[in-house]
Amino acid sequence: MSDAVHLHTHAPCGLHCLHIDGLAVRRGDHTIVHDVSLHAHCGELTVLIGRNGAGKSTIMRAIVGELPHEGRISFSGHDGAPAPRMPRCGYVPQSLALDPGSPATVRDMWYSFTSRLPVFLPRRRRTVENMMAELARFGAEDLADKQIGQLSGGERQRVLLALATSQKPDLLLLDEPVSGIDNEGLQDFYTLVDRLRSQDMLVLLISHDLRFVRTHADRVVLIENGTVAAAGKPEDVFRTAEFAAVFPEAAEGGVSG
Amino acid sequence: MNELFAFWQYDFMRTAFFAVLLIMPLFSILGTMVVNNGMSFFSDALGHSALTGVGIGVLLGLSDFQWPMILFALLFALLMNRIRHSAMSSTDTVIGVFSSCGVALGLVLLSGSGSFQNYQGLLIGDILSIGEADLLPLGIALVAVVVLWGLCFNKFLAVSISPTLAKVHGVAVWLYDRLFVAAIAIVVMLAIRWVGLLIINAMLILPAAAARNVARSMKSYHGLSLVFGVFSGVLGLLLSFYNDVATGPMIVLVAAAVFFGTLLIGRKK
Repeated sequence: MSDAVHLHTHAPCGLHCLHIDGLAVRRGDHTIVHDVSLHAHCGELTVLIGRNGAGKSTIMRAIVGELPHEGRISFSGHDGAPAPRMPRCGYVPQSLALDPGSPATVRDMWYSFTSRLPVFLPRRRRTVENMMAELARFGAEDLADKQIGQLSGGERQRVLLALATSQKPDLLLLDEPVSGIDNEGLQDFYTLVDRLRSQDMLVLLISHDLRFVRTHADRVVLIENGTVAAAGKPEDVFRTAEFAAVFPEAAEGGVSG
Repeated sequence: MNELFAFWQYDFMRTAFFAVLLIMPLFSILGTMVVNNGMSFFSDALGHSALTGVGIGVLLGLSDFQWPMILFALLFALLMNRIRHSAMSSTDTVIGVFSSCGVALGLVLLSGSGSFQNYQGLLIGDILSIGEADLLPLGIALVAVVVLWGLCFNKFLAVSISPTLAKVHGVAVWLYDRLFVAAIAIVVMLAIRWVGLLIINAMLILPAAAARNVARSMKSYHGLSLVFGVFSGVLGLLLSFYNDVATGPMIVLVAAAVFFGTLLIGRKK
């Protein structure tokens, strides 16, 4: 995966930077996430790491608007200019409960999210070819006529990735699948994420694969107890005491090479 | 063969036949998303609110209860939908409470005005009593639902698959959610007089539920739901005519038979 060298030579785009200031998510009296501030840039891969339950997925769900939150989430253009339009988002949740009995196929799901013409009506050949090409990028072209409720964890992830990236999003949010996906599937997932970096988008990833993070992330944000414990380049974050406290095994040289 | 078409010489049977051809497609189409969204209890509770709608109509001294029924059902449905989403207690409890209130309030209003006996027909309905003029609102509703499906179906499906993903893809989830609920409320209230409060939900749910047992895509889901709905409607009407039994329940029995048949076929796959 040496494509990544193109990373910082991207052409200027309209939506450059994601700013999160003082994000907090509460459920009743319980504070799940608090005082989270982070910036991420277009063409960069920013990875959230931390223990299970630290609040990583909650932050992502707040960004996509699934959870009510306090604080500011905003976008700016180049040189801090206001964003010229609403950013397009792509989101692959950690898990998505799809109705196992639904007759909807991957094709139906695809058209429902990407077109107006009712999914049960015939399409132009070009529309079908475009969908197939997008699915093929993630090795999911054979899944077009499979019912969405029958997809395995890995298959669902590939379909959701294809759907999320097909809309040329400005911001791609990927919550690493931790269940329902085998090791091989996980490797595929990271290969795909790596490929996406060469495209002109801001990728925010939640990952538990520290080896991958070490070698591929541009910025790492360590989340602990619902807030940012450390942030910066991977080599800097991996050297902090906060990192050692959360990942003692990794800090003792496991992934430092 | 001539005996099979004997019903055609009766005006009321011809009108009922056309009513079935309007009501069953209407229900078959809407039913696909009711079943897909797991809203069969919701639509059932909605039907029960018809009693209150009639009660309000009586209270106001109106001669036609259609409008108070529709307006109350809309209010009832949107309120129930709101509480369903706020998840303060479990969905089936909330819907059960609404359903009970819809019936109880209606019965209190009607018994208070001493007119419950006059409206018992609402419980069972009578499709054979439908007049030609009554076909018009059903026809308009069918056209409206087809247009709604043409314009909004993909949004309904996206919201049904995942509200979060739909939102990320720019779908106004709250709007389509309410639009769908409102559509069910209006259609149920337009048809309830003819098919009855007790079985209207079965007619709404069964064709789609049967289709879902065997459908392999949204296209076959809709196609089969329409076929099963119209088939059950027409066969049920004829069976009731030749055996001299109530029409609505007969249609439901045929639809239920289709459901169990498809359940067996679907299991084998």
